[in-house]
Amino acid sequence: MDRLNVNPTRMVLTNLKKQLRVAVRGHKLMKDKRDELMKRFLDLARENKKLREEVEASLTEVYQSFSIASAVMTPAMMEEALMYPKQSVKLTVGNRNIMSVDVPVFDFHTETAGTESDNIYPYGFANTSGELDTAIRKLSDIFPQMLKLAAMEKEAAMLSDEIEKTRRRVNALEYVKIPRFQETIRYITMKLDENERGNQTRLMKVKDMMVQDAVQEKRERSEEAYAEYAARG
Amino acid sequence: MAKIGVIGDATSVLGFKAFGLEAFACDTPQEAAHILHRIAGEGYGIIYITERLCKDMSRELEAYVRQRTPAIIPIPGVDGNFGVGIAGVKKSVERAVGADILFGGDDE
Repeated sequence: MDRLNVNPTRMVLTNLKKQLRVAVRGHKLMKDKRDELMKRFLDLARENKKLREEVEASLTEVYQSFSIASAVMTPAMMEEALMYPKQSVKLTVGNRNIMSVDVPVFDFHTETAGTESDNIYPYGFANTSGELDTAIRKLSDIFPQMLKLAAMEKEAAMLSDEIEKTRRRVNALEYVKIPRFQETIRYITMKLDENERGNQTRLMKVKDMMVQDAVQEKRERSEEAYAEYAARG
Repeated sequence: MAKIGVIGDATSVLGFKAFGLEAFACDTPQEAAHILHRIAGEGYGIIYITERLCKDMSRELEAYVRQRTPAIIPIPGVDGNFGVGIAGVKKSVERAVGADILFGGDDE
């Protein structure tokens, strides 16, 4: 692992140590987030799959009812009967925060024009067949499920996106950032130690030289004194 | 207050129209993509698209995955189930986990 390109000074070392602490802490948090997201996501995905299978099965049934209805009625009559819808569906989009992922929550209510509120059929009964009623009734029965599916699928997609991002961050910290910090810290520590040893040696050497000088001087002085004494003597 | 849209062939969307959703009938993925881009910014919360159209639109749909709304949900049309919806669920599992661990074998 290559180290960062920094000067081996004490200040950089302190900063790096601080950064390493942050990185390790961040790594732990990210890892926890990933695990928790994953836990939720797996439950959600399992549920999502089940719900989708259900919805697909019931939609197929609805289409079957519609084709039976269209077999009994002429296409023109069918078109006419369904041309102007009586209900309108209003959707409220709420917010839910799962581990700081904003997922939408859907809620709907239908508004029926006219007085009788439980009459959802947009046509009179004179020209239409009972099969069409069944088809529309079935559709309105499964609609809440379709809505749930939409919310769930969106949630799953967003969670998986977030999990992917978090996983990348965890890996980047674990395998690149943190080792790089550690390597650089080791490099700086060794460099500083080396400098320290160099300094020590230099000091010892200087001291040696000074001691030698002093000894030399003393010797010279005593020789001088001896010479003086001998000359007098 | 958001709306719910349905894009699909005329026969498939007929029923949804009667139920009160906004239906857009079209026959080719190109048309569908065109409609989708047009209505995506108009406050739709959910847009259902039939699977026959969806399976050739993955590139267009990609852009909406990261957005909160609209949620674009494939549904089977009158011409049957192409497995696009389940494939979508599978794909998100694969992306999150790195491997397909939920559907291993049981839908093959």
